[in-house]
Amino acid sequence: MTTLTLGKALNEGLRKAMDDDPKVLIMGEDVGKLGGVFRITDGLQKDFGEERVIDTPLAESGIVGTAIGLALRGYRPVVEIQFDGFVFPAVDQIITQLAKMRMRSLGKVELPVVVRIPCGGGIGAVEHHSESPEVYFTHTAGLRVVACSNPADAYSMIQQSIASPDPVVFFEPKRRYWDKADVDTETADWTPLHAARVVRPGDDVTVLSYGPAVKTCLEAAVAAGEEGRSVEVIDLRSLNPLDIETVTASVHRTGRCVVVHEAAVFSGYGAELAARITERCFYRLEAPVLRVGGFSTPYPPSRIEDHYLPDLDRILDAVDRTFGW
Amino acid sequence: MAETPTRSAARSAGEAAPARARRSRGPRTPRPGPGLPQPPDTAGAEAPDTAVPAAPDTAGTLVGFYRQMLLVRRFEERAARAYTEAKIGGYCHLNLGEEATVVGLMAALRPTDYLFTNYREHGYALAKGIGADRVMAELYGRSTGVSKGWGGSMHLFDAEARLLGGYGIVGGQVPLAAGAALAVSYKGGDDVVMCQMGDGTTAIGGFHEALNIAALWDLPAVFVVVNNGLGMGTAVERSAAEPELWKRGAAYRMASARVDGTDVVAVRDAARLAVERARSESRPYLLEAVSPRLKGHSVVDPARYRSKEEKDALKDADPVARTARRLADAGILSPEDRDRIDAEVTAEVEAAAAFADASPQPDVSTLFDYTYATPVAGEQRRLPADPVFRS
Repeated sequence: MTTLTLGKALNEGLRKAMDDDPKVLIMGEDVGKLGGVFRITDGLQKDFGEERVIDTPLAESGIVGTAIGLALRGYRPVVEIQFDGFVFPAVDQIITQLAKMRMRSLGKVELPVVVRIPCGGGIGAVEHHSESPEVYFTHTAGLRVVACSNPADAYSMIQQSIASPDPVVFFEPKRRYWDKADVDTETADWTPLHAARVVRPGDDVTVLSYGPAVKTCLEAAVAAGEEGRSVEVIDLRSLNPLDIETVTASVHRTGRCVVVHEAAVFSGYGAELAARITERCFYRLEAPVLRVGGFSTPYPPSRIEDHYLPDLDRILDAVDRTFGW
Repeated sequence: MAETPTRSAARSAGEAAPARARRSRGPRTPRPGPGLPQPPDTAGAEAPDTAVPAAPDTAGTLVGFYRQMLLVRRFEERAARAYTEAKIGGYCHLNLGEEATVVGLMAALRPTDYLFTNYREHGYALAKGIGADRVMAELYGRSTGVSKGWGGSMHLFDAEARLLGGYGIVGGQVPLAAGAALAVSYKGGDDVVMCQMGDGTTAIGGFHEALNIAALWDLPAVFVVVNNGLGMGTAVERSAAEPELWKRGAAYRMASARVDGTDVVAVRDAARLAVERARSESRPYLLEAVSPRLKGHSVVDPARYRSKEEKDALKDADPVARTARRLADAGILSPEDRDRIDAEVTAEVEAAAAFADASPQPDVSTLFDYTYATPVAGEQRRLPADPVFRS
């Protein structure tokens, strides 16, 4: 076991993937010499050379398009998008090309491209730098979408994503980059990439989350525990495909469910979860599936973003309300 | 780094071409295609100039430039301090080293001209005439700021000052500037749209699309690339196949030039040429100002990608020191004057910081105020799960 920050765990995971497979390349703005804005690729260019860790021009669409071309010829490019909001210029390539090439070639080509996106708020950086754009991608068939929430998952999930034969949009919780935890870098006996995980068992209510909000949910569960409520927290880890079995098994037991994410609630990922849980657990539910998340506004100014991001109070309020229905 | 400008005021004054009548609207005449002879005035930097002969600058003008440059310098230094004190959230990109470019460009604009900038824009806001207090308060995220605290460092916006935004995403502003210039063209005024961007922007698709449109439709837009040699930490030569960025204008048959961005008068002259050409002829222009970035990309960037030699060389390129030396040599800025101006702008900046610090934060009740023009009923606005907004 080694204690690593989430950022360093990603760095180590990328390093391992590059060691294991010479076809793995890293591309992005300032990923080489600078090591990336968040230093996720720190030192990799020095060790693997400029041909494998490529500093690109500022051209997100061009970067993803080039990565697709590389993948078509057998490489496994890992693209870093510097900030969540910067992925929008690349959305064209991701949706119209990356997600469609397998279909277009009738399965003859694989697109093992990973698009890494630091996401979410909490760093006081307003729009472009604090966004949660996951549903634009979960809505697009052909993409796999995952979100890590802790160092151990960061280490394993980035390697699993790189090994995936399909394109993976990989969300990294940027305000958790500096969180530390033990990571077993010796084993490869990992939870499957697309499996959810019960990160805190409980009996009274199921809280579903992913990415940066998982930690907040765990804190809320502790607080609820002190008030005598047993909250089960599930880290979904994978948004597409969704591990609905783990989710429904839990909700069948608890009869209550709250979904928490940073993205706006309206048309958010929680809507999909609420619909599916309702379909599968209708007669077991004691209350409707409630959602806690961002509001339908542009990402707010730094001084009031704490009101926008789901916090303990809002999560616990929703938990309480599932008991008052 | 400090190349001479490709055109001098003297040369351009001697070759002034008659100004075309400005179009106000209607279909554009297609440019000759590749098979046709090219008009001689559309061949990039070799184009004859339509300069406005400039009267020699008075001592007052030059000292005024220096004062503005020093204001930007002291403002940015104060902002850096505030950032390290966690007074400023998110990111903070400074104009340190860019002062001559900032002041020179703004001196070429009329107050009624429009300006688009990127996220490195505090100095532009100041030089466009917005008070240091309102700019600093915006950096602090306070409700007295230019954008009531909603924009922060990267998104200053002041429609009255015709600052149509700092833009936090590279290249986002360039097509918008083309659109604003098209609006000017339709409306028939003689306003000019200036669009500032960094060297890295020239790699993004929007740059090409906007410049093509601006040239194709004869838009009164001046695109200014501030080339500080580094897109964050990546050298221009490593990200641009044609690192002489002004030459990109040739692809659109757009007049273009490069100027020494540490020379405030040269920048002003070059920008004036571009702006007045846009104003009188409704033709776009691409101006590259080569100007150093004295510090990292943002306050949090230690600029490890720079060697010690590179960092030392920057000191010689400092435009504020350079301007002070020049004015002193010319006998129009005494050491006493310099100290007095420094004390004045420092006091202005300190007052701005105090104002920002004392200003209220935006109230959370304003969260929904700026999303839609009219209230939107239903759950998007107030969610039952959110007790903060249950009222």
